[in-house]
Amino acid sequence: MSLDIGVWIGALLTLGIFSFLYRDNPFYKLCESIFVGVSAGYWFCVFFFDNMVRKFYFGVFPSEAGIEPKYFLIVGAVLGALMLTRLIPSIGWISRWPLSFIVGATAGLYMMLFFVSNGLNQVADTMLPLYRETAGGDFDPAETLGTILVFIGTFTGLIYFFFSKEHKGLFGGAARVGIFFLMVTFGAAFGYTVMSRMSLLIGRMDFLFRDWLGLLG
Amino acid sequence: MNRTLPFLLTFIVGFTIVIATFSPPLDRLAVDTAVFFSIIAVFAMILGGGNLVKINLVKITRRQRDWQFAIVTLVGFFFVLIIGLFKVGNPGGVTGQVDAPGTPFFDVYTYVFVPVGATMYSLLAFFIASASYRAFRAKNREATILLIAASIIMLGATPFGTMLTAWIPDSLDIFEVPNLHFFLMSSPNLAGQRAIMIGIALGVISYSLRVLLGVERSHIGKDGG
Repeated sequence: MSLDIGVWIGALLTLGIFSFLYRDNPFYKLCESIFVGVSAGYWFCVFFFDNMVRKFYFGVFPSEAGIEPKYFLIVGAVLGALMLTRLIPSIGWISRWPLSFIVGATAGLYMMLFFVSNGLNQVADTMLPLYRETAGGDFDPAETLGTILVFIGTFTGLIYFFFSKEHKGLFGGAARVGIFFLMVTFGAAFGYTVMSRMSLLIGRMDFLFRDWLGLLG
Repeated sequence: MNRTLPFLLTFIVGFTIVIATFSPPLDRLAVDTAVFFSIIAVFAMILGGGNLVKINLVKITRRQRDWQFAIVTLVGFFFVLIIGLFKVGNPGGVTGQVDAPGTPFFDVYTYVFVPVGATMYSLLAFFIASASYRAFRAKNREATILLIAASIIMLGATPFGTMLTAWIPDSLDIFEVPNLHFFLMSSPNLAGQRAIMIGIALGVISYSLRVLLGVERSHIGKDGG
């Protein structure tokens, strides 16, 4: 059994969270409350030093000679400070300015990002020649089948997501084919989620039985 | 004025970034905007932290249900905040890295944050078992496809899956679980993923345009005051 107090704390907290499997209880609530407080404090500190100190402070006042100070970052800090006006109801409306900046910038950035990465790139990777050849120039049946399936699956999947036209007749049939492809995707996602949760559970059991109790070699 | 100025700000900032994408000299703008985000996010964190303190203090002072746990939350929050912001026990002093190994802040991360976070997620392994039962009941064709795909994906990623179909002759090796796993991932799954991704892209683009053109103004608020 471990003599490390940190391992003991970790083990007791782990058992506390697992106690929820029996039912909601004070031990679980205690561990949950600790987690909420600690994680809020942890992320606050990490955010503060990473962004306010490293990016802002050392951006405006570079620690090394020869680096240009980025004075424009002060605008970001002022916008951020304006966000705190929300705490004063009489001038709380000013906090809409930084919020508008964030919303506008996010909309602009994401619009272009998704247009390129999720839109153009995916379409380009789907619109490939359906007849595929090996490196030697021979017909490649496996690659050809894969390309055809990807093309049909993507096209029919998109048809399924098109709700401006009723899913009837040929259009409805294509949408049904799209559902089958989407179901495989959801099945794969579900399978991987189960696997990842199981992996975490195995990790916690390993911690309890190996690191804490020392029962595993 | 209270609504027009925020709308104009949204419009100008958003379209400046869109234009910057097509103008290489302005490329830097997108990177700098990301830094702006990070700085503003710190102030948003201050608001969030303040809200956490306020909610828990109200709970304690009004002796609401489970108020004792609100004390634990606040103690945890301020404890980590103090050891983190003041770098208590940090061998590098105030200039040292906040999460340097050997510091109390690092210990809190290792022995509290990581175990509880991982256990919280691993709890889902138990609940997902009952969810699996509901999802995997082959009630119709769609559910059957989901069941088969998920089973092959799970089996294909384990040595048991390989062992299960190791007897299949080489001429039919496409039916071995690891190969089926690979086929599912690289063809039907990829197709479904692409359809979803393109759909998301269209949604994001249309919603972003609604925001930038002022059709969607929920972030500005209703009252205009």
